[in-house]
This record gives sequence, C-alpha cells and structure tokens, in this order.
Amino acid sequence: MDSLMIYIYQVAFSFSILVLISLGLALIFGMMKVINLAQGEFLMLGAYFCVLFSNMGLPLWITVPLAGLAVGAFGVVVERTVIQFLYGRVLDTLLATWGISLFMIGIITTIAGPQSHSVSVDVGRISVGGLAVPGYSAIIIAGAVVMLAGTYAIWRYTNLGLIVRGTMQNPEMSRALGTNTSLIYMFTFGFGSALTGLAGALLVPLFGASPTMGALYISKAFIAVISGGPWPLIGTISASGLYGGIDGVISYLYSPVLGEICVLLVAIGMLRLLPEGITGHMRKGI
Amino acid sequence: MLGYLFRDFRRPASERPSIVWWVFVALLAATLVYLPHQLGLAGLMDLSVIFVLALLALSMSFLWGYIGMLSFGQTVFFGMGGYVYAVAAMNWGTTTLPFLLGILLPMAFAVLLGFFMIYGRLSDIYFSVMTLVLTLILNKAMRATSGSQFVVGDVRLNGQNGIPGVPPLQVPWNPTVTLFIDHVYYLSGAILILVYVGLRLLLTTPFGRIMVGVRENEKRIELLGYNSRRYKLVAFVLSGGLAGLSGTLFAIWGNFVAPEMFGLGRAAEVIIWVIVGGKATLIGPIVGVGLIQYLTTWLGMQGVGQVTLILGMILIIFVLLFKEGLVPTVGNLLVRVLGVKSNDAAKKRDHK
Amino acid sequence: MKLSRRQFTKLASGGLAFASLQGTLSSAGIASEAPIKIGNILDQTGGLNIYSLKQMKAVAMAVDEINAAGGLVGRPLELIFYDAQSSNQLYSQYATQALLRDEVDTIHGGVTSSSREVIRPIVQRFESLYFYNSLYEGGVCDRRHVSTGMVPGQQLDALCPYVVNERGGKKGYILAADYNYGHITSRWLQKYIRDLGGEDLAVEFIPLDVSNFSSVIARIQDAKPDVVWSALVGAAHMSFYRQFHSTIGTDQMMLAGTTYSIGREQVELSPEEGEGIILATSFYDGLDTPAANDFVRRFHEYTGETDYIGEYGESGYRGIALWAEAVRRAGNAEPDAVIEALGGTSVEGAGGLYTIDGQTNHTIMNIHVAVQNDKQEFDAIKTFEQRQPVDTQLVCNLNENPNDTTQYEVQLD
Repeated sequence: MDSLMIYIYQVAFSFSILVLISLGLALIFGMMKVINLAQGEFLMLGAYFCVLFSNMGLPLWITVPLAGLAVGAFGVVVERTVIQFLYGRVLDTLLATWGISLFMIGIITTIAGPQSHSVSVDVGRISVGGLAVPGYSAIIIAGAVVMLAGTYAIWRYTNLGLIVRGTMQNPEMSRALGTNTSLIYMFTFGFGSALTGLAGALLVPLFGASPTMGALYISKAFIAVISGGPWPLIGTISASGLYGGIDGVISYLYSPVLGEICVLLVAIGMLRLLPEGITGHMRKGI
Repeated sequence: MLGYLFRDFRRPASERPSIVWWVFVALLAATLVYLPHQLGLAGLMDLSVIFVLALLALSMSFLWGYIGMLSFGQTVFFGMGGYVYAVAAMNWGTTTLPFLLGILLPMAFAVLLGFFMIYGRLSDIYFSVMTLVLTLILNKAMRATSGSQFVVGDVRLNGQNGIPGVPPLQVPWNPTVTLFIDHVYYLSGAILILVYVGLRLLLTTPFGRIMVGVRENEKRIELLGYNSRRYKLVAFVLSGGLAGLSGTLFAIWGNFVAPEMFGLGRAAEVIIWVIVGGKATLIGPIVGVGLIQYLTTWLGMQGVGQVTLILGMILIIFVLLFKEGLVPTVGNLLVRVLGVKSNDAAKKRDHK
Repeated sequence: MKLSRRQFTKLASGGLAFASLQGTLSSAGIASEAPIKIGNILDQTGGLNIYSLKQMKAVAMAVDEINAAGGLVGRPLELIFYDAQSSNQLYSQYATQALLRDEVDTIHGGVTSSSREVIRPIVQRFESLYFYNSLYEGGVCDRRHVSTGMVPGQQLDALCPYVVNERGGKKGYILAADYNYGHITSRWLQKYIRDLGGEDLAVEFIPLDVSNFSSVIARIQDAKPDVVWSALVGAAHMSFYRQFHSTIGTDQMMLAGTTYSIGREQVELSPEEGEGIILATSFYDGLDTPAANDFVRRFHEYTGETDYIGEYGESGYRGIALWAEAVRRAGNAEPDAVIEALGGTSVEGAGGLYTIDGQTNHTIMNIHVAVQNDKQEFDAIKTFEQRQPVDTQLVCNLNENPNDTTQYEVQLD
C-alpha cells in the first residue's frame, strides 16, 4: 500500500511537471503551427520574474501570477515584432525562435549573472507512504491541474474561447465571419507565453532559476507536444500522462537517466504508430 | 562574371553547370592551394573545421533542398561517424579501415532507419521530429557511458567527457606517416570540393531530376511509375554517409569525440547554417558554415560579453530580412544590379 | 581599479588582450620591454560560465599586480583572453591559436576535464606549458601540465575522517555527477569510507542535465543513511540541495559535498537550504587568515564587486602566482626552462602555502573543512596542513618517466 502511494506520487509529480512545461508550447503549436524553440527561455523568464518579485518582498501566491502576466506581455511583444511576419513558414519560426532563445539567454546572463537564484518557500514536508516529500510538490500538482482546468474553462465557456477554437479549426472561415485572426493569434501567443511564465515561476522553489535552465526542459516539452498532436489540451494531458507515468515509475525503480531514455524510446515507437500524435485522428477536440 | 556565377547558383539544379561555374570551382581549388602561404597553422585549423562542418551542412541541405526531406538529426550520423572512427582506430592502431567504417556504418544505419521511417510513410514534420528525437537519445545514451564497464574493445567510451587522444589519420600506404594540421586542411578542403562538385553533377543525372520531382510533387512522380520511396531512401543513405564522413573528419581534426556531437545545440546549428546560407543552393550552406563559425570564433576573442546575445540577434534579423538565405539574396541583388539576364528568362529559354 | 574595457586592447591578429595600463608599466620601468604572453581560455559564455567568471578576473588581477611590481624577469606580462563558450571545439581552436598565432608562453584555463583533455595534446604537440586551475578527479601525469586545484586524495583525506569519525556518518549514500569526475571521486569516497570502518549503502550517478531529484530522494529515504555524499556538478544539480532541504533537511541527515562552494553554490541557495552542509576546500572567503582576508579585499577593490569569490576564482590567481614564481626561478619564460623549475616552486597564497610537487606536477596545499552557517557563510572546523596529492603520486612519477602523458585512473577494489 505504501509503495503504491509512492508510485502514485512519483507519477503525479512527473505528470505535473510535464504539463507545466509543455502546455503553453502545445497551445501555440496547436493553434498557429508555430514551434516555439524559445519555450525553455520563456520558462526561464518566468522563473526570473518570480525571483525578482519575491526579492521585492511579495509572497509567492502573488509573484507567480504576476510572473505569468509579465511573460505574457513579453510574448505579445515577441509576437508583434517577430512571429507575426512568419506565419505559414514553420521552419522560419523555428529559426527565429531559436534566435530569440539565444538572445534571451545572453541578455539574462548579462543582467543577472550566470549563477542560479532561488526563492525559499517553507510549506513544510508531507508524508506519502512513509516517505517525506516536499509540501511544495502538492502546490506544483495543484498548479498543473488549475492550469489545465483554467485553460479548458476559457476555451470552452467564453466567447473568446469559441472564437479562438474557431480560428484554430478554420482560419479562412473565421476571417470571412469578420474575426481579426491576427489579433487572435497575438492573443493565443500571449496566453501560451503567460502559461509558460506561470509554470516557470511555479518551478522556482524546487528547481531554481538560471539563464541556461531552458535547455533542460525544451526537448521534453517538444516531445510531449509532438506526441500529443494537434489538440493542445487532450494532447498535453495524454502525452504527459503517458511519459510522466513511464518516467515516474522507471526513475524510482532504477535511475533518472533510464527513465528519460525509456521516454524517448517510447516516443519513437509512438511516432511510428501514430505519426500525427495521439490526437492526430480526432476530428474534434480541444 | 560574378553575376553570371550567381545566376548559375540559382539555376534549376537539373541543368548542367556552365563554364563560369567550372572556372569558379577551379578558382576555389587554386585558393585552397594558395592559402597556406598566407595563413599560419592556426588559421588553417580554423578553416579546416569550417570545411569539415560544411560537409555536414551539405548532407542536410542536399536532402532538404533537393528531395524535400528535412532531417533535424543529421548529427546522428555525424556523431556516429566520429565515434566509429575513434573506437576503431584506437583499437586497431590503423586508420584506413576505420576511416571507411566511419562512412559506411552511418550509411548502414541510415538504411535501417530509412526502412523504418520512409517505408513507414512518416509525414514530413514527423520525419524531422523522429530524427531529432533519435539524436537526443544517442546524446543521452552516450552521456550515460561514463562507467568503466562501457568499453568497446580496449577503448572506454567515457560518457560526458568523450574520448580524447583520437589518433590522427595515417597515410594508407605508409602508416608511419600521420597527417599534420596542414595535411588535414588539404584533405578536408579537397574532399569538400569533390563532394560539392559530385553533388552538383548528381543533380543533373536522371536520378537527380527525379529527386527534385519528388520534392515538387511526390504523388505525380509515383503516378509516373517511379518508386519515390526508393529515391528517398537512397538520398537519405547518401546524406547519412556524408554526415558520417563529416563526423570522421571532425574526429581527425580535433583528436577528440564527445557526446556534444549528437547534441541539440549542434543539431540546431546545422539548420542555422543551411538557412543563413540558403538551402536552395549547394554553395549556400558552405557559406553559412563559414560565416557562423568565423563569427563565433571571432566573437569569443572580442570581449563582447555574451556571444549568444549577438548570435541570437543575427538569426532573428536573417529570418526577418533575408528569407531565402544569404547566397540567393545576394545573388538576386547582383543579378539585378549587374543586369545579367534574369533567372526567370533563363528558365523560360531553357524550357523551350 | 575596476576591470574595464579600457584595459583591453586589440591584437594585430584580432584577438583580445588584457594589458595593464600604460601608466602602470612605465612607473614600473618595463613599458618598453617585449611582453611575456599568457593565454587564458575559459567559458565566459555558456552553461559552464558559473565557474569561469571569477577566475577570469582573478587571473587579470594577478597579471596586473605582477606588472605593477616591476613585471617578471624584467618584462611586462600580457594576457590574452579567449571565450571558449563551453564548447570543446573552440577549446581546440583557441589553444592552437594561442600557441601558434599569438605565441603565448603558457596557457591557463579549461574548466571541465574534457576541455583539459582537448588542450593537453595540443600543448604537448607544440611543446608549451599548461596550467589547469581547477579541482578535478586526479591522475594526469604530464610534465607540460600543472594542476593547481585539489584532487580527491587531498580533499577526501581531510573530509572523510571528519564526517565518518567525528560526526558519526558511518552509513553513507553517494550521489555523483555522471562523468569522469563523479565516477572517480565516488570510488575514492567508497575507499575512504570503508577504510574508516564506514559503509557505503549506494552510489548513484546523475546525468548533468537532471534537475528532478524526487525519485533519488525517495530512494535515499528508503536506505536511511547517516550522511549523503554529494559529488554533484553544475546548475541543474543545484536543485538537489533545494529538494533535499524541502524533504529531508540537514537537521535530519548530514550532507557533505566535494564540489560544494566551488561553484559558489551557497550564495545561490537560500540561507535555509544551504545551512549545515559540510565541505572541504583549499580556499573559501571566510577563511579568516591574514592572507585570505587580504586577497578578498584586493579582489573586491580590483573588480568593484563585493560578492563571494570562492575556490574557482582564487585558483586562477594561484595558477598565475605559481607559474610566475617558476619563471623567476628559471630566469626566463621559455616553457622548457620553466618546466625544469616547476618542482618545489612554492608561493604563500590566500589558502596557505602552495608548493608544486615535482613528481606529479600537482600542488601540495592546505585543505580546510568547514560547515555552512545560517548566513550563507562557512564556519571553519579544521585545517589539514600541506596535503600531498597522494592519489596521483601512487601512479605518476615524472622524474622517472618524463615522457608520460597519460591520465591514470586509480584502480581500487
């Protein structure tokens, strides 16, 4: 029983981390077919905003949403100055976002230095199956769930969400119906960036903030999004569930490196069987 | 002259290259021979690595620009070539066979992969992602071999640290003579020119024309009775061999191999070279490698602070302002300014 | 004096040189002499720059001080800096360039073992002299290479008895970075722990890009050791200390680090996260000896910075000081003459007396065991005087085999 609890915790934790780091990327990819290679650096920026606001004395429950907003605003700027000129040129967006990622690493190192920073949040330890785990991991798991639920609610129940989904399914038709698709794209990019910034800020107390931290996450996020396929929410949940499950169990049983290699191997198998991702054959989705 | 040359770069690849182009190649070869009189050994070393990496860039742009398959993970074969050469040469004490294996084993692996992916009808972007994931796996796997139990023959794989002290190439008929920095320069320069000319001529053959046809419209090529997958496979294997050759030469150049040869950073760099230079030509990627490598090395000595900051800005500017890459953009400009008959006119004439 | 761009001048070759101000040189009366050149290759950019930035400045400071004091054997020093951007390919290019194009008399620098192994053969080929100013796994036997940092035989010989005997850390759980340094260090750790009558419950190797330690920490809790030994390296591994603090904590279980403080970890962690961690190093800022305090003051004055310097920074200064002393003993800066003079070269430095051991070209030094307090500083526990690089001495004898260039791996069982 105890060990079952430990497995559940390990899987839930791995799942949540994957959701956090890939949801913003999945939204942007699903919506605009833009692969944002600077995703890792958007996370990093969120983490730095979190450190900045915390150093100003704000409590975590304010700094995290603030960091999300700040990165969202940054995302809008990036979309307006670079990305909007590149729609329909998938590879050029890849290259431009790679440029943005290098640029961001450089600028943050110049401003804040190469060392990592942390924010200490004492929420105590909780006991799972006889083992102490960080109380903060409950916040991370809750954060992932809230992010998924919030995105779902906005997408499903608001007018804006309807327009966004419509644009995603058929941009020409939305444009014909009078939607300003350019604005919708800007909004989606900003929203995806905000989610990513939020995630980066949430991760700080356990993982810290450093200029090169993006590289640790980008390949995982990338693989989760591609395996998830075109529908961002279902895709992210199913891919994160699959890979989080494998990673959580194998890492605990053997070692973290074996966990990661297994995830990559399964990813290759998945792509061979379902080349368009888990949600690739769904006509409708979210 | 320059205008005609650039027009030639932009000609449909299936046409035979003009005399101006042959003059250009001859000039390149002459420069190659002349430069050592001007540059010291350190300069030659910088140039050699550009030649070596240009082969890697060509392996990708050939596949992408001419048959339309974007392999994000040419580094799979690059790293494999380097490691195969290193391990074989250190075990056997001879280098000729390891050099060949450094090309052949990546090709064999490309055959396997090709069957898996091309005959599995993997669509474009997923083909790219698959190759990327593969290079990430190999990178991780190589990094995990630090333990003393990971030995091939007498050679420790050494994980993260890579294998230092990879032996220099021996002259096949006289193994006591090994290649020094300037010899590696001549070797890699000569190979690069040969590969460049070879690929250019390959594209004028029926095989090359069908390749371009597959890029333009795979369905139509199949309806015409060609087995497009076979062409894709052959192109993939060729480019794998080319990347393997590049990796082998890289190991010979630097006397080391390391998992970073498989890394995401290097994989992305290859794309950057090709896009900056221009993928629709064969000369573009070579120019791209030269430019970016030179810039990286130069910036590292300028005390500018964060080199990535400047590289990042250059990339963004390139994507926004030079959509087709440097060589086609400059070419268009020259053709216009110098008033050479435009490409389209040339094309029309040729189609008649 | 602040380290500024004014002091950097362009070389004809396009390289970047660090030169002392003309005023300094002329008041020392050496402005007109041909300079002795030093190449310093480090990572100002890229993932490894946390280790490099202080060292770059410490090296520049050492060069400046020597110039102000009249130069070396009557000639000024010129420093040429190369940013290898955490790439071994660039290490290879710059090392060649430094020796052939810029004609430096010695190369200092390199961060990782792999960068050192890229530089060594090049220095060997062009018959120069290389100073590697970093702690590492030990075993390099090469007369053209000088190691000025700690090796496991020095560090663990001090750290292990303290933790196992005096603190009762009998049962240990070893976490090590998954590359040469971690593998070799963990084997030495096992040997020392067993020799002291302790027990090593498990050894885990962690890839450098792993930052999620939840499964590792779960296994540690299953094993219930007295002490966790960390030979973790780099930015991603910093998460371990954070996650250890939020699950087990140093109040429940001891945590001793072989690399801790080297990358200035304690400054980057919050005070609570780092409190109680045990370490052994050849230099830390709070050492509180006159020499250490003086070094810290000069460094802060020189750079205008006030933050922690640490061993990585100080060992850059140490490397230049030892090399300069060997040049003085040799009477000129010719690499081969300097190599002859290396053995027994000795300087009084910030961490104590440093002496080059001629048998191995490694450095005999003091090792200080310390524990972090609640103010991100270290409290001194004990200083072990003049530790010999015993592990490398076991396998390396340059006096008998001057042509050796191997990196030996000590076989333990």
